[in-house]
Amino acid sequence: MNLDAKIPSGPIEKKWAKHKFDMKLVSPANKRKYTVAVVGTGLAGGAAAATLGELGYNVLSFCFQDSPRRAHSIAAQGGINAAKNYQGDGDSIYRLFYDTVKGGDFRAREANVYRLAEVSNNIIDQCVAQGVPFAREYGGYLDNRSFGGAQVSRTFYARGQTGQQLLLGAYSSLMRQVSAGTVKMFARTEMLDIVIVDGQARGVVVRDLVSGEVKSYAADAVVLATGGYGNVFYLSTNAKNCNVTAAYRAYKKGAGFANPCFTQIHPTCIPVSGDYQSKLTLMSESLRNDGRVWVPKQKGDKRKPGDINEEERDYYLERKYPSFGNLAPRDIASRAAKEACDDGKGVGESGLGVYLDFASSIKRLGEDAIRERYGNLFQMYEHITAENPYKQPMRIFPAVHYTMGGLWVDYNLQSTIPGLFVLGEANFSDHGANRLGASALMQGLADGYFIIPYTIGNYLAGVKPNTANKVESAEFKHSEEEVQQKIKKLLSINGSRSVDSFHRELGLIMWDHCGMARDEKGLKEALKKIPKLREEFWKDVRVLGDGEEFNQSLEKAGRVADFLEFAEVMCRDALEREESCGGHFRTEYQTEDGEAKRNDAEYCYASVWEHKGDGVPPVKHKEMLSFENVTLATRSYK
Amino acid sequence: MDFKVHVWRQKNRNSQGKMVTYELANISEEMSFLEMLDVLNEQLIGRNEEPIAFDHDCREGICGACSAVINGVPHGPEHGTTTCQLHMRSLKGVRELFVEPFRSRAFPIIKDLVVDRSAFDRIISAGGYVSVNAGSAQDANNLPVPKEAADKSFDAATCIGCGACVAACKNASAMLFVSAKISQLALLPQGDPERDRRVSKMVKQMDEEGFGNCTNTYECEAACPKEISVENIARLNCEFLRSTFISNEE
Repeated sequence: MNLDAKIPSGPIEKKWAKHKFDMKLVSPANKRKYTVAVVGTGLAGGAAAATLGELGYNVLSFCFQDSPRRAHSIAAQGGINAAKNYQGDGDSIYRLFYDTVKGGDFRAREANVYRLAEVSNNIIDQCVAQGVPFAREYGGYLDNRSFGGAQVSRTFYARGQTGQQLLLGAYSSLMRQVSAGTVKMFARTEMLDIVIVDGQARGVVVRDLVSGEVKSYAADAVVLATGGYGNVFYLSTNAKNCNVTAAYRAYKKGAGFANPCFTQIHPTCIPVSGDYQSKLTLMSESLRNDGRVWVPKQKGDKRKPGDINEEERDYYLERKYPSFGNLAPRDIASRAAKEACDDGKGVGESGLGVYLDFASSIKRLGEDAIRERYGNLFQMYEHITAENPYKQPMRIFPAVHYTMGGLWVDYNLQSTIPGLFVLGEANFSDHGANRLGASALMQGLADGYFIIPYTIGNYLAGVKPNTANKVESAEFKHSEEEVQQKIKKLLSINGSRSVDSFHRELGLIMWDHCGMARDEKGLKEALKKIPKLREEFWKDVRVLGDGEEFNQSLEKAGRVADFLEFAEVMCRDALEREESCGGHFRTEYQTEDGEAKRNDAEYCYASVWEHKGDGVPPVKHKEMLSFENVTLATRSYK
Repeated sequence: MDFKVHVWRQKNRNSQGKMVTYELANISEEMSFLEMLDVLNEQLIGRNEEPIAFDHDCREGICGACSAVINGVPHGPEHGTTTCQLHMRSLKGVRELFVEPFRSRAFPIIKDLVVDRSAFDRIISAGGYVSVNAGSAQDANNLPVPKEAADKSFDAATCIGCGACVAACKNASAMLFVSAKISQLALLPQGDPERDRRVSKMVKQMDEEGFGNCTNTYECEAACPKEISVENIARLNCEFLRSTFISNEE
C-alpha cells in the first residue's frame, strides 16, 4: 500500500501557497466535461458539491436523508474555530495549528493541520458573506467564545446552533448550483458500493431508498464525505442513521483505513436513562465556559446538589488542571469524569453522572445572560430530563461523539485509490488522536470550500473525461450484482431477532471493551465476541418487507452488517497500539497520576489498515509522522 | 403508561391507507415519542408485521426530519417541540394516540408516516441564497451588522424545514417556511442586490408546488417547533410587494 503523503516541500507556512501554484489546472471550458460524484451533503460534502459546481464541474450529489439540509453536521452546537484574532488575545494561525497538533496528542500530520489553520479565516469570511447569522456584539462585529484546549477566544458561534447555521449556508450554496444546473441532487439515495476501473475510482452504486432500485452512476472522480462511525457503539451523539457503510465499502475496495481506534468520547452528554434509549444527546462544550464541573467529595453522597456545601464539593477539573480548568480537552475531561464515577462519587440514580453547575455564572451574570448564550441547550436539557438547569445543576456523562479515524488521505485528500477523495469526519487527516472542540466544523468546511476544489483539479487534469456508457461496463455490473445479492440475502434469512437487537449488542461489546478505557484482555475478548455476533446476525436476523420499496429495516440491516465487520478492525487497531494517546486510553499505559502515556519511540505513526479479503485478517501499514515544527512533548493542561 | 395507538399505515404513494390500532403497555414516562414508536416497531417485528415507517435522524430537534401529526397537532401537543423531543411524560392522562403523516397536496405520502418534502428544496433552490462563490468573500468584520438585526435574522434562520407549518395550515400554506428564509436574508446587508429577485422567484416556486395562501389564522406559528414568528410572513408580504414595484424581472 503506497502511503506517500505527498507533502509539499518548503517551510510549513509556504507549503499550501506553493502547492496551489504547482498543481495542474483544468481550463474553464473543460471543467463541464468532467463528472464528479460527491457522496454526503454535510459541511464537507455540501460545501464541496457547491464549490465544484461553482467552478463549472458536472456534479452528482447524493445523500440518504430526504433533503441535503438534514445531514448530521446540522446538530453541531457550540461553534467553529478560526485564527482571526479579532479579540486581540494573542491568537494566530500558528497558535491554532499548535493547539490542534497538541490537542490531537501529536498523532496528526503537521502540514495538513497547518493548512487547516491557514484557511480557517477564509471560512468565516465565506460564511458571513452567505448570510450566516453569527453572534455579534453591539458594535456589529463578530463575537467569540472559548473552547476546550485553547487559552484564546477563537470560536465563532450562532447561539447553540452553529452547525445548523453553517450547514444551511452550505446547503443554500448547493441549492443555488442545483438551480444553475451544475449539480444534480439525489436525496434519499444511499451509496452502497464504489466502482474501481483500471485502479481508479470511476463511480458509485446506489440504492434509491424510495423505489428500492439499485443504480449506477459513472464519474471521473468520487468524493466521499460520509461522516464518522460513532454509531458502531449504538448509543452515541450521532444521528440515528449515521453509518460507516460508504467508507467501509471503499475500504473493502482497497482504500486504507487509518487509526480506526481513535474515537472521541465527549465529556458533556445527558446520561442514559433506560434500556429503550435510542441515542444520546450532547450538551455543547461551550457550556464549560460558564458551567463548573463537580462531584461530591464523599463517596455515595446521595443528597440533592443544593444541599451539598461548597467545601463538600470537588471541582475536580479546576483542581487537577488549574490553567485550563473546566476547559480541559475532551479526552481528559471524559476520563476525569469516568474516574470520579468509578470512584463511587457519581451522581444521579445510576451513579453515572457528574454535575455541570451554572449557579455561580448565573449569580455573576444574571439568568438572562446565560439564556442568551445557551437558551436552546437549556431548553433541550429540560425537555429530555424534566429538570430545570437554571435552578439545579445539569447531570452529564461522557458519550461517544466523534471519530478521528477514517479513510487515509494524502495532502491532496486523496485516498489510496486514485480518484477517490475523502473529506470531513470520514477522513483521518487533521485531528490526530483527539479533536478539539469547534474544530470539526472548521475541518469540514475547509476541506469542502477551500481544499478539494484545488486538489481535485490537479487529479482531473491528468485523466481523460470518460463517463459515457461506463455504467454498462463489467465492473459496474459486477458491483451492482454484489449489492443485489446482499440485499436478497438479508431479506431471505427471516430469523428471529431484529436488526436493532444486534446493533445494541454490538454497541455494548464496543463500549465495554473499546470505549473510554481499553486493555489487552478486553480487546481480545471483543475480537472473539464480534465474529460470533456477526455469524449469528447472518443466521438469525429478521428483515421484513422487500427490496423494491421503501424499507427502513433493510437500510438499517445493511449498515449494521458493515458495523459488525468494521468493529473488528477498530478493536484490532486498539489492541496493536500499545500506548495511550488522546481518545485512545490503554489502562496498561498510564502515568502515576493516571494521565495518558504516549510512546513516541514506537507509535509515532498513523496505522493504516488494508483489507485482504473476507475472513482474512487485515494488514497494518504505517505512515510515520515527523514533527519538524512542533516539538513532541507530554501534553499538559495543568 | 398504557396506550391505544392508532397509526396511519399506507404501503406506498399509490395505495390506499388506513388507520390501524395497536395496544401498547408499560411505556416509560422518560421515553421520547419516537422511542415509543421504536418499542412498538420491535413488537411488530416480533409478530412478523412490518414496522411503521417514519422519518427521523438527529433526535435532538434540529435536523427537521421527524414529522407526524399527533392527536391532531403537528409534532404533538407540546409547544415549541419536535416529535423527537416530545416525551411521553407530557402525554400524561392521554389514553389514545392518533398518529398521522403531515398532509398536504405538496407533500405526497411515501409510506406510512413518511412524506416527500422535496418541494421545500425546490423553493430554496429558486432563490433562498446569497450568490457568492467560495473564495470571493471580504474579511468578515468589514461588514458590521447591528446586533438587533443579526439576532432577528438568526431567529428566522432557526427554521428546520420540517413542514409542520404546512401541515397545521388549513390552506396548506408554506408561507411561514418561505418567510423565514426571506426574513433571514432581508434583515442582513448580505445579498441585498438580489433581494427583489429572490422573493419573486421563491414565491413563484411556492405557488407552483401547490401550497395554498396565507389567511392569517396563525396555526403555523402555533405548530412551529422553533417558534418562528408570523411577523416574518408580514415581512415576506412587504418584500414581495416591494419587489413588484422595483423588480425588472418579467
